[in-house]
Amino acid sequence: MERLSELQDLFWAATGETLYIVFAVLVLGGLGGLLLGILLYVTRGGGIKPNAPVSLVANIVVNVFRPIPFIIFIAAAQPLARAVTGTGIGNKPVIFVMAIAATFGISRIVEQNLLTVDPGVIEAARAMGASRTRIVFTVLLPEALGPLILGYTFALVALVDMSAVAGVVGGGGLGNFAIVYGYRQFDEVVTWAAVLMIILIVQLAQFLGNTLARKVMRR
Amino acid sequence: MALIEIRAASREFPGRGRGSTPVLALDRVDLDVQESEILGIVGYSGAGKSTLLRLINALDQPTSGTVTVDGSVVSTLKERQLLPVRAEIGMIFQQFNLLSSRTVWGNVAYPLQVAKVPKAEHQGRISELLHFVGLADKAHAYPNELSGGQKQRVGIARALATNPKILLADEPTSALDPQTTDEVLALLRRVNEELGITIVLITHEMEVVRTLAHTVAVMEEGRIVEQGPVFDLFANPQHVATKRFVSTLVEQGPPEHARARLRERHEGRFITLSLRDDSVTPSDVFAQLIERGVRFELIHGGIEDVNGRTFGHLTLSLTGDRVDEAVTAVSAMVETTEVP
Repeated sequence: MERLSELQDLFWAATGETLYIVFAVLVLGGLGGLLLGILLYVTRGGGIKPNAPVSLVANIVVNVFRPIPFIIFIAAAQPLARAVTGTGIGNKPVIFVMAIAATFGISRIVEQNLLTVDPGVIEAARAMGASRTRIVFTVLLPEALGPLILGYTFALVALVDMSAVAGVVGGGGLGNFAIVYGYRQFDEVVTWAAVLMIILIVQLAQFLGNTLARKVMRR
Repeated sequence: MALIEIRAASREFPGRGRGSTPVLALDRVDLDVQESEILGIVGYSGAGKSTLLRLINALDQPTSGTVTVDGSVVSTLKERQLLPVRAEIGMIFQQFNLLSSRTVWGNVAYPLQVAKVPKAEHQGRISELLHFVGLADKAHAYPNELSGGQKQRVGIARALATNPKILLADEPTSALDPQTTDEVLALLRRVNEELGITIVLITHEMEVVRTLAHTVAVMEEGRIVEQGPVFDLFANPQHVATKRFVSTLVEQGPPEHARARLRERHEGRFITLSLRDDSVTPSDVFAQLIERGVRFELIHGGIEDVNGRTFGHLTLSLTGDRVDEAVTAVSAMVETTEVP
């Protein structure tokens, strides 16, 4: 306990770093996942603009990257991260690599949630003369908003989990804090403090996601 | 020239799975719809009604044949060229297909936004439409707060927003209870009579055709097997499929299983009178029977009203000395069939 109060400043800094990484990735990977998810949905057979070759390539790419364990992916993608962000060490490359991984993961969540939209509503919009692009932005996304919010909440929780291995390439956050000051120094109190903070963040995120989704769900 | 002209339209769907044969949903269909007409297309599910309806606003394209709507050949237009054409054709659906994320107001506003109607005009137009369908007080409700009938009325308001010439109705009352069905049909009649909008509706319910349509086309296995004015089809159905549909409303004489029971309860000779126009009324027939001292009893059948004209089938049991003579006299006036 004494050590924890000594480490107080570092603990709060690590909490801040986790939130920073997770939200930066949620924005970047969330946007990438949204676009890729829309592509998967639109081009699939029976979609609003079926395109077998594009659909096949997109599916293969997603299926290749998604199963790679993140701790391996973050190491393997380090050269790419260095080339893009200018450095291979620290939070920047962590965010970059996490955003790529999140894009593939979130794209499936987006695709699944868009599939829950009643095809009849899309047909009605087509019958009114709405273009495909308009249908995506004025019918598909608003109609799927509730489940999408829940899907993104799910993704956010997964991102908190992913961010814990950021230390591998010199990133910070609660995961790194727990390993460096807790696990390696045999201080369980410090480790558990980090765990509790992560649980708190996840609870809060889930609560917000649920509340928001309930507000927009009109089905 | 008819408002909608469909010529030799066929639609083939690829079969499901490898090596399966393609499905011919429409087989060289010809159909004309005149301006301000209400055409009912009846058929069982799988008869091709939905596919045919969707050719009119080109939600689907025929594999061969042409579809002309108000002078433009929609079956050859590209998706982008179709967008303005579709805005001229309203459509309502069995499951209403309202946007659940928008209020009633927002749903009716949607086609106006799509058609790029200036925002200043929305308020007046939407409020006018909601008054027309009787939902002005529900403007800010969401679809999940409405009953089925109310949802369909929102669907109708939405379909009328851009002042279309044509309204396509895909089983508009099949998800509604009988009373709500009547309300929605009455509203559709007003759409036709007050706004002069041509309506093409598909249904499997003969009652809907009887109360609303002017003309009817009967479909079976991708073909139109019979079409004509509703009264003619009811009074004098030719094709087997038509007869089957008409008999769901009016039976042409007692069905076989009912005959034995009728025999047990009534004696004498059974005849069925088919009344097909207003020139001969049941009382004319009864007068002939009474004149000859024939006792009669009405044992089966009924009289229906179709487009303001009456027709029906009445089965009578006849007893008396001069029955044969009376039947001959009655046969001369009205189509008479002997019930075996």
